[in-house]
Amino acid sequence: MTVVGEILMLIGGIFLFLGSLGLVRMPDVYNRLQTGTKASTLGAMSIGLSAMFLLPGAVGKAVLLVVFIVLANPIASNTIGRSAYLSGIRLSEKSVSDAWGVQASSEAEMVEGAADDATSTGAAPEATDKKGA
Amino acid sequence: MITISLILIGLSAVLTVFRLIKGPSLFDRLVASDTLSVIGMAFLVVLAEIVQTTSYMDVALVYGIVGFLGTVTIARFFMRVSK
Repeated sequence: MTVVGEILMLIGGIFLFLGSLGLVRMPDVYNRLQTGTKASTLGAMSIGLSAMFLLPGAVGKAVLLVVFIVLANPIASNTIGRSAYLSGIRLSEKSVSDAWGVQASSEAEMVEGAADDATSTGAAPEATDKKGA
Repeated sequence: MITISLILIGLSAVLTVFRLIKGPSLFDRLVASDTLSVIGMAFLVVLAEIVQTTSYMDVALVYGIVGFLGTVTIARFFMRVSK
């Protein structure tokens, strides 16, 4: 049991480190959001699961912590990404596609045409191919 | 194992603080702040396992809740849709 908990803790530390490394290395807000939230979610979840094995009497709290991490981290990253996109933060030049497609249209109808652009560009993904290669 | 995990958590906190200082836009700093709160929560869980005290799990949970609420509030506040 102790060995399982320590291995889970090591996996959690490795994934937290890799997430922060991607946070430094990635070129864009959205890519940084990708690495900084997904890998950190897995790392913190693994460390919370290791508390279930290494800390007797805290199984309920560990389960509560893991459920909270799984629920809260995607909501926070979704809010940050949506807010950054609607604020006009540009994608990097190496981005292949822009599935929402609001930034390609005019910025005045950014809010009103958001749902329509999402459905129309989802049907034709080659129209948003910014790289062209 | 616990020592290696603590070293990795410390290195990831240093890298995240680097992005928090350097980040070009506000949302880079917000992503770094969110990640830093998750790293702090993980560190509190590891600390609870080192000193074998269950109370640090409560501290980690409350820290995570406050970090999540702060991140969502700041992200919603700085959403400027009309340029």
